Amino acid sequence: MSFLTYLINGLSLGSIYAIIALGYTMVYGIAKMLNFAHGDFIMVGCYIIFSVSAALSGNSVVGIIVAIVLCTVLGVTTEFVAYRPLRGAASPLAVLITAIGVSYLLENIALLIYGADIKSFTSVVNWEGLSFAGGELKIQGVTIVTIAISVVILIALQLFINKTKQGQAMLAASEDKGAAALMGINVNRTIALTFAIGSALAAVAGALLCSAYPSLSPYTGAMPGIKAFVAAVLGGIGSIPGAMIGGLVLGIVEILSKTYISSQLSDAIVFGILVIVLLVKPTGILGKQIQEKV
Amino acid sequence: MKKAKKVFSAVLASAMALSLLAGCGAGAAKGGSDTFKIGAIGPLTGAAAAYGNAVVNGAQIAVDEINAAGGINGYQIEYKSEDDELNAEKSVNAYNTLKDWGMQILVGSTTSACSIAVSENTKNDNMFQLTPSGSAEDCVKYDNVFRVCFSDPNQGIASAQYISDHNLATKVGIIYDNSDVYSSGIYQKFAQESEGKNYEIVSAEAYTQDNNTDFSVQLQKAKDAGADLVFLPIYYSDAALILTQANTMGYAPTFFGVDGMDGILTVENFDTSLAEGLMLLTPFAADATDDLTVNFVKQYNDKFGETPNQFAADAYDAVYIIKAAIEKAGVTPDKSTSEICDAVKAAMLEIEAKGLTSQKMTWEASGEPNKEPKAVVIKGGTYVSAE
Repeated sequence: MSFLTYLINGLSLGSIYAIIALGYTMVYGIAKMLNFAHGDFIMVGCYIIFSVSAALSGNSVVGIIVAIVLCTVLGVTTEFVAYRPLRGAASPLAVLITAIGVSYLLENIALLIYGADIKSFTSVVNWEGLSFAGGELKIQGVTIVTIAISVVILIALQLFINKTKQGQAMLAASEDKGAAALMGINVNRTIALTFAIGSALAAVAGALLCSAYPSLSPYTGAMPGIKAFVAAVLGGIGSIPGAMIGGLVLGIVEILSKTYISSQLSDAIVFGILVIVLLVKPTGILGKQIQEKV
Repeated sequence: MKKAKKVFSAVLASAMALSLLAGCGAGAAKGGSDTFKIGAIGPLTGAAAAYGNAVVNGAQIAVDEINAAGGINGYQIEYKSEDDELNAEKSVNAYNTLKDWGMQILVGSTTSACSIAVSENTKNDNMFQLTPSGSAEDCVKYDNVFRVCFSDPNQGIASAQYISDHNLATKVGIIYDNSDVYSSGIYQKFAQESEGKNYEIVSAEAYTQDNNTDFSVQLQKAKDAGADLVFLPIYYSDAALILTQANTMGYAPTFFGVDGMDGILTVENFDTSLAEGLMLLTPFAADATDDLTVNFVKQYNDKFGETPNQFAADAYDAVYIIKAAIEKAGVTPDKSTSEICDAVKAAMLEIEAKGLTSQKMTWEASGEPNKEPKAVVIKGGTYVSAE
């Protein structure tokens, strides 16, 4: 029974990694850049929900909506101000470094506004959850909601990309920006849209992350962001189902290695698995090997 | 190179200036001073201002009481405090300022890093130093420095004793931060001291600062092992998360923390009802009903308009400890600082002091206190003495 409890805890952690990884992989798959500030968009989302809920005496629904809108604005603005001017730069490193810069900028702004003290976050999910086998096995409401939301987002993103005109434009821009522009696709707008979706996902991920682990500080998003990046790479970066699988695998491995091997070594094991997967299958679990056509 | 020269000459110049001042100070002291001059240092402004002000105010109350009752061996105390802004260099500056004023004994510094920095100077000057609250091991590495509070690792020993003496548990789980020297130090001492006690450690799980969001595994293991008390030698920010997660999984053991837990009730938006029943090792509970505490809390409230914390109590005790040691040594204020230091240092090993933070305190030559640990429990959103 306790194995099942640990497995469910792993699924809970994994589905949060999955939602964050979806945002990472979405932006990477289409804009071909790693947005290292993604984890900090999550933190911004959490603070917005925290502040709005406090101002409206605990109404978290409005908080989440405001957070999604503001995070979208933040994502699009960041893309416009910090990433777009560098898109034509000679080295892809320039935009990567800028993303790290944005990450520190956001963390320090949060530090300035809210201070370093941690704040306790009130869960946005008020449901107790399910209880089986006479209370022996408990599944928390936030776990079920997180898993459900991550599945819904996965399906919605797949449908959006494969069935809509905007989605097809994204695919085209991801394959060849120049050719897509020649076909009449507004590449800049398409990438901005990608950032908008990715950042909105960050706000949702933030709400769920802080509901499951209710402590909020300017560095809340940093470590989950890195882990989710690992999950995205593990699943095959750029692949949307891959992000989902990578996130779940990572969460379960982390919890089970904490349980059965060592609570101090879990991170080492998680990152060790990443190294092995990349050695065996460099494109990740679901990654596609794309041949460069000459 | 040029810069090195500049620094070197600055050091030389200040050394010369200092030796001049030291000469003056000694001369003045020999010239028939008829008061004991006690100085205190702490962060009176800045991030830890609450600690420094508490120390300075707590010592002030003790000094006023002693003077009103006729002083030490008939000599009055002169008392002066300086601000160090939680900065080790400024703490040394504050020390030099107080030395110019003629300080013979130092109560301070309040925080560990400042206390260590100042102890380099008190060592050189051979001045007696008693830090009320510097808890790092290195604070008392010189033989002229003693402390009132427990050292960080000794809190582990004290916790084990307290849990055992009060029969708080039969099975104990531990969650500690392996990436933090404070936490892992306390954990190791606790584990050592627990051997042969009337409880058993059934789980000891670590986490790191990179992995401090999900505690479900650590809590589940403690729960599965049947721990009825979980020892948390960690800071309150992580503890707030642990309490919340334990609550969602329906696990309600006694949680037991050390001084890093102090502050858990101040976490913004934290549901303080989750901390109900939490115990923490702290030397002072303002609601205790013994005469000494009641009188101290009343005076502090009257003078400074707030309820004193453990820092104030440590400082108050520090001044009385100095009084007891001076009386034991029988020194007079007209002796030089160094002579007073040698006499008081020897007397510290013989005295037995009673104060706000303990019924009975004695000292080792290492500077560490021996005293009964005290704990508080959180009831109705405030600290209540656990006894």
